[in-house]
Amino acid sequence: MSVLLIAEHNNKEVRPFTYNAITAASQINEDLHVLVLGHQADDVAKSLSEVPNVKKVIHVDNEIYENYIAENYTTAIIKHAESYSHIVSSANTFGKNLMPRIAALLDTSQVSDIIKVISEDTFLRPIYAGNAFATVKSNDKKKCVTIRPTSFDPADKSGGSAEITKSDPAEASSSTKFLKKEEVKSDRPELGTARIVISGGRGMQNGENFKLISDIADKLNAAIGASRAAVDAGYITNDHQVGQTGKVVVPDLYIAVGISGAIQHLAGMKESKVIVAINKDGEAPIFSVADYGLEADLFEALPQFLSELNKLNTIQK
Amino acid sequence: MKILVAVKRVIDYNVQIRVKEDGSGVVTDNVKMSTNPPDDNAIEEAVKIKEAGKAKEIVAITIGEEKAQETVRKALAVGADRGIHVKVDNVIEPLAVSKILKKIVEKENPDLVFMGKQAIDDDCNQTGQMLAALLNWPQATFASKIEVKDNALEVTREIDEGLETIEVNVPAIVTCDLRLNEPRYASLPNIMKAKKKPIEQINASDLGVDINPRIEQIKVEEPPKRKAGIKVASVEELVQKLKNEAKVI
Repeated sequence: MSVLLIAEHNNKEVRPFTYNAITAASQINEDLHVLVLGHQADDVAKSLSEVPNVKKVIHVDNEIYENYIAENYTTAIIKHAESYSHIVSSANTFGKNLMPRIAALLDTSQVSDIIKVISEDTFLRPIYAGNAFATVKSNDKKKCVTIRPTSFDPADKSGGSAEITKSDPAEASSSTKFLKKEEVKSDRPELGTARIVISGGRGMQNGENFKLISDIADKLNAAIGASRAAVDAGYITNDHQVGQTGKVVVPDLYIAVGISGAIQHLAGMKESKVIVAINKDGEAPIFSVADYGLEADLFEALPQFLSELNKLNTIQK
Repeated sequence: MKILVAVKRVIDYNVQIRVKEDGSGVVTDNVKMSTNPPDDNAIEEAVKIKEAGKAKEIVAITIGEEKAQETVRKALAVGADRGIHVKVDNVIEPLAVSKILKKIVEKENPDLVFMGKQAIDDDCNQTGQMLAALLNWPQATFASKIEVKDNALEVTREIDEGLETIEVNVPAIVTCDLRLNEPRYASLPNIMKAKKKPIEQINASDLGVDINPRIEQIKVEEPPKRKAGIKVASVEELVQKLKNEAKVI
């Protein structure tokens, strides 16, 4: 029995959630191998070989793997699948797009988005936007599993020296073509892994007002999130969306500003360690999950919040 | 072009679900049901493509118990031409759903299959990708924009890092994001007209596919409850609490 994890990377660096997935994968079985499909991604293969939990790295280098074309990835993964009891990846847009395609070809019923490994075939996963937890046991011989990265700590990154094996590419698909990627560059921490997240909702009223949020984010070195309502209204880009169909975040501190707390938003943040809600509607459902609720007009509260934070730093100095 | 759109009946997104005391699942009796939200976007997109003169026929399909037909009827009321209801008695897994859909695709020969990217009940996010694999068709998942070209689609996808644009040749599977469009409401005359549109009924057992569960649901439980929080009176108090009590800043 061994586990094959599909690495997510940008050909230069390992994407952070891969390390969280490694933790979960090695809980399923310690014989963990990582498959790197990429183009000129030698650094990625090397980094992963240094992860103590990784026993072997399989590296396939070809230009057809420069971007994540699920069709191309799948044929390559299927080639290696035979030797493994489990194929796993993180349950973000990378793994969600890819894993079901693999599972169907292996005639396996996939277990999506696990938050706990109970045994090699039994897992805990949230359903109904996290309003229920299901314990499920896979009876398929080969198991395909995606891992909710924020439910597992990232694995140690150094100290290991796994063997790197090169392998040949599989055939490429001619019916899917990558055209472009519009990546939003930011100096802020990544939303999925940030220690502090501050999010705005419909109460922000427009995109310009998000400056009130970004000023505080800069001060706290926080990532910026948003409710679906704010993204739908065009205040901010989709990569900021927190919720059932957006990103799931589990920061130490989550500050929800002008967010009413729809079920689908709570699904993305209610496991956060400390939750703050700032909303002028005292009846808003967000207060039911907040550790600290402030019933106030955000346009008055946010500038005050920033100035109080500034004072605090002065004290610390 | 012909478009097949798959829709699922789920507990309405506004309902606060309740877990059954015996741990066997969630309460569905006397609970408001509706079409899975992104499936509404899938129907809307198909109708828009047809209105633009780029599709000739839209077939809406659902798989489920008798009442699942309501979702097909709703799709017919917003512009689908005819419906298919594949009857199953129990909840089936996405792998089984995709095997049934494959059979229907082989019979109907659509150029495109649309569906929502994820059902809000089991939150699996699998069916579209699985169907694409079984048919060996290209997949464009989490679509927030679709442009129809000659024998191809240019699809903008919502991904963690931002947006990605790919081109897929037809036939293809597209799974739709909530931001793809704004689903319309059915007008009363269209709801009346939809009652006359045909819905073909098929028993899943007649399709000759294995839909037996592969995953055992051992128990369903409520997630751990958060302990009740407090209301603070001022921003100063909030900052003090965060610093001295929660120690997170």
